[in-house]
Amino acid sequence: MPTVAPLDLNGHCVAAVFLDGVPHFALADGTIHRLDHGHQWTEVHDGLLCASVEQSGKALLTGGEDGKVCRSGGSAEVEVLHEAPRKWITSVAAGPQGVVAFGSGRTAYARLANGTIKPFEHPRSVEGLAFAPKGLRFGVARYNGVTLHFPGTEGKPVEMEWAGAHTGVTFSPNGDFLVTTMQENALHGWKLSDGRHMRMTGYPAKVKSFSWSNKGRWLASSGAPAAIVWPFQGKDGPMGKPPLELGTRGNTMVTCVAFHPSEEILAIGYADGMVLAVRVADNKEILLKREGKGPISTMNWDKDERRLAFGTETGDCGVIDIAG
Amino acid sequence: MSEAATQSASQAASQAPAQIPVTVLTGYLGAGKTTLLNRILSEAHGKRYAVIVNEFGEIGIDNDLIVESDEEIYEMNNGCVCCTVRGDLIRVVEGLMRRPGRFDAIVVETTGLADPVPVAQTFFMDDDVRAKTRLDAVVALVDAKHLPLRLKDSREAEDQIAFADVVVLNKVDLVSEDEIRKVEATIRAINPSAKIYRATRSGVDLANVLDRGAFDLNRVLENDPHFLEEAHDHDHHHDHDHDHVCGPDCGHDHHHHAHDHGHDHHGHDHHHHGDVSPIHDVTVQSVSLRGGEMDPKRFFPWLDKVTQADGPNILRLKGIIAIKDDPDRYVVQGVHMIVEGDHQRPWKDDEKHESRLVFIGRDLDREKLTRSFEACQAQ
Repeated sequence: MPTVAPLDLNGHCVAAVFLDGVPHFALADGTIHRLDHGHQWTEVHDGLLCASVEQSGKALLTGGEDGKVCRSGGSAEVEVLHEAPRKWITSVAAGPQGVVAFGSGRTAYARLANGTIKPFEHPRSVEGLAFAPKGLRFGVARYNGVTLHFPGTEGKPVEMEWAGAHTGVTFSPNGDFLVTTMQENALHGWKLSDGRHMRMTGYPAKVKSFSWSNKGRWLASSGAPAAIVWPFQGKDGPMGKPPLELGTRGNTMVTCVAFHPSEEILAIGYADGMVLAVRVADNKEILLKREGKGPISTMNWDKDERRLAFGTETGDCGVIDIAG
Repeated sequence: MSEAATQSASQAASQAPAQIPVTVLTGYLGAGKTTLLNRILSEAHGKRYAVIVNEFGEIGIDNDLIVESDEEIYEMNNGCVCCTVRGDLIRVVEGLMRRPGRFDAIVVETTGLADPVPVAQTFFMDDDVRAKTRLDAVVALVDAKHLPLRLKDSREAEDQIAFADVVVLNKVDLVSEDEIRKVEATIRAINPSAKIYRATRSGVDLANVLDRGAFDLNRVLENDPHFLEEAHDHDHHHDHDHDHVCGPDCGHDHHHHAHDHGHDHHGHDHHHHGDVSPIHDVTVQSVSLRGGEMDPKRFFPWLDKVTQADGPNILRLKGIIAIKDDPDRYVVQGVHMIVEGDHQRPWKDDEKHESRLVFIGRDLDREKLTRSFEACQAQ
């Protein structure tokens, strides 16, 4: 039986993650809490807007209303990587070789491991950021498409166009596909080898959470009363194929999804605070957590594949141990 | 689009009133927006504000919580050119609302050249923003001395007035009473349903600017005596057109009117609309419709059709509709193609069951709107 170790905090949880096996909870008020031999916390920002786990798995990168980009985790000193007073840092992404990308207004920045910061100006706001799985390349979700930058070289950016406002971006784990969340209730995808488009529509609400299964066979998404899971096994991705609908509930919406690190099992968080685990192969559902105070806003699995950290918009966070 | 919006409107109406009110300040550079903003922030009303500005101006804003954001207009990818929102506002409001304890209300100050429509539509079209905030009113600051010039050289100045719920006619100390009246007539010509307040140094009573509920269906038009008043000309055969006398197209469209089947009565002295606009450059017009009880099977499809077809040209619409065999007043308000409607309250015993609807926009076909509106009346 799964067990829940609750951590009741006060405020919107932006990211619930494991750093080196220790659960960390980054709140919108700028504090980062951790369950490391008791509840400890550090004040990192005056207002925290975005977070991304460093690829080493040891630190959390965060951006804030205070214009700071910080690296923190465990009991280590908070490292301020960048500071631009009065500017909101609205997105941050962790890349290979210690590279950090972050966005503020119409500029995307890449901070290299040696501390050099390269700005990339855009005509419109920088919305979402994501690094490609291979090579030093990151995508910027923007109005009317995605721009791909190569911060390690002086190469020209690659523009992927599709009309509309793109708010978030992700690469498939094999690097073949690029998918964005949109201001509309839709995802949009490109096959990177030939630029072919994939339209993934039909959501009743905006998609705010997405997660690739191990090896990228599936892309799960929020924005409906079920988790909408698109098949990416074929060379053309989900084109012409319907998605799976997992964990359908009649009275609430899916707000957060997180695939298990190795199995094709999806953790699904709902607007009422419930969390289910559903196996893709046979649709089998397990209740991980009952309803809570507010919508699940973030979930991430530990590398041990047994524990799931979750956070909500109302601060009732915790860690679920699926083995009990 | 309008149907979906209507449905979500009724859902929103049933939600708990935890939404944070948002006041939008528009107006040309130098009209006095920052002065008014600082008054809102500094007066002892016990409320805390979050302020969203386009850029930190030269005049400081004295507030703890100021967010700078780049105006970012997003067209929705649904083939509708008027479905625009402000992407930066969605982002900033989402961020602010994650820490809601810091403020009681939000003020958005736009640049002088800002289009007010995407700002307003953000609060209707984005479900997340809509769930947590509500647009209270759009307030336009207007410089009494320079407005005539502004209207000649910019469409934005006209849009800002056309779209406003409240117009603060500022710097009236710099012009004569006669000039003030002319400017007021111009404002009314563009927007007959806005409240106009004269001010010097943005010294308007804040109660006239804040907490207006201008988009609240329960209150829409409730504080609009001009609109609700029994028309003085209700015995007149073409009384639905009573506002026309000072319509903005009086300027550029006189000849057309002369041949307009007598629908327009330029000499007719409606109490506050008597002064024909001296500004001949405005392109926004208002069409006021008036009729009896409506057949719901005709009226609602008609409203859908009109807002679908003319949506891009409709800046605002507001109305109180008498539905046949319905004991309640039905109120509607809209921005472009977004229309919300709901039952408001029972008709009072002494109230005449009358339908009134005002469109403010460009290139509206007055004759067709009038004819088709009248055809929706219950037989």
